[in-house]
Amino acid sequence: MGELKRTGLFDLHLEHGAKMVPFAGYDMPVQYAAGVMAEHKHCRAKAGLFDVSHMGQVILRGAGRAEALESVVPVDVAGLGEGRQRYGFFTNEAGGILDDLMVANRGEDLFLVVNAARKDHDLELLAGLKGAEVTPIEDRALLALQGPAAEDVLAETVPEIRDMRFLDVIVAGDLWISRSGYTGEDGFEISVPEARAEAFARELLTHDDVLPIGLGARDSLRLEAGLCLYGSDIDEKTSPVEAGLVWAIQKVRRTGGAREGGFPGAARILSEIAEGPARKRVGLLPDGRAPMRAGTEIFADAEGGTAIGSVTSGAFGPSIERPISMSYVPTEHAAPGTALFGEVRGKRLPLAVAPLPFTPAQFKR
Amino acid sequence: MKFTEDHEWLTADGDVVTVGITEHAASQLGDVVFVELPEVEAQVSKGDEIVVIESVKAASDIVAPLDGEIVEVNEAIVETPNLVNDDPLGGAWFFKIKVADLGPMNELMDEDAYKAFVE
Repeated sequence: MGELKRTGLFDLHLEHGAKMVPFAGYDMPVQYAAGVMAEHKHCRAKAGLFDVSHMGQVILRGAGRAEALESVVPVDVAGLGEGRQRYGFFTNEAGGILDDLMVANRGEDLFLVVNAARKDHDLELLAGLKGAEVTPIEDRALLALQGPAAEDVLAETVPEIRDMRFLDVIVAGDLWISRSGYTGEDGFEISVPEARAEAFARELLTHDDVLPIGLGARDSLRLEAGLCLYGSDIDEKTSPVEAGLVWAIQKVRRTGGAREGGFPGAARILSEIAEGPARKRVGLLPDGRAPMRAGTEIFADAEGGTAIGSVTSGAFGPSIERPISMSYVPTEHAAPGTALFGEVRGKRLPLAVAPLPFTPAQFKR
Repeated sequence: MKFTEDHEWLTADGDVVTVGITEHAASQLGDVVFVELPEVEAQVSKGDEIVVIESVKAASDIVAPLDGEIVEVNEAIVETPNLVNDDPLGGAWFFKIKVADLGPMNELMDEDAYKAFVE
């Protein structure tokens, strides 16, 4: 592995007692002095500040930008209103997922946020598109401020954010702000010029309601919120239909829509929407207290038989105070309440299929 | 109080030794969310993995520090795993083991030696 990259907030992380770990080529804080559990609960109770500057920020310009992006992403980009953002994913010819992303229509361009570990891949893919001019943004940090107090805190610096709804985007001076995030809480993602990112983060952290939150709590927050982690819950082998992400494929891109298909893997994805997938991503609630982590094999019966799935993400959920997992299971075992078993340290432990999310979303619609 | 290289602490009362994990170990593990303890009356040998402990980060094992018989386990840390972080040297002891021979305990580290070991 090469030298780990640092975000502009590296010194600030260390000041707050961060434990740093390698993540997608960056040296990132996995937790601060408070610890994962306290950080998680604080974010749900007040507000948490996340450094997500490792993620890829990309601008698409050119008259054909929406059409170009629609050729690799099965969502309605052309119909996305100005000042609005939506979730999407790049698909491959087999109908799998190459990465997931957020795309915002800022009127004069499209602003994309992609996963850190996939940004080189995604940039190469985007560079091959006709009609769009691709600009990776290298000189801006990305912060997320999440939690019920996020609006009040951010409004002290940027009063106009009070008028934003979930998935609105604005440009406020040199800040690019969306009302979205990866925790299930109300909150904002803020792209800020690298040169003043540290000062901006320090200003937010002076507020009593704000604690810095590391990657550990980021993961348990998004898992409770039922959100997918690329590379774990979705990848090149999982289709958006299996993953339960059909809601992100607007009707205009589905069979019978005005811009039906026209994306990689459309044949499989559209037929799975019509016929139903053979397996589905589900939530799992173990009966006991033992966490069922990624890789834990899932069985239909207490004894014998072969595994019907394996956990893609699993952890202890600090807010619901019990272990939670996600897995793909055959559709006939996917109904909420279905009793299944997870094999932990050689023992088959009972669990129940559960609806996602585990904790209700708190978005300001 | 004696200490092992596996970050356990031991105190002896007659031939019964109480075992827990150190503050250093608890801090390294992070928030503990699950503990599985051995059965009372189990005969264990030094090095046997007899406790499973899971934190928000990962699962790990705790080994028997001596040969002997488990005579008592601390159900409080099964009910409230976070006690391990709050009071590792007191209320969050793990198990009591009755040993035939206290001799091997004398070979373990004292507090100063353990402090030097974790530095």
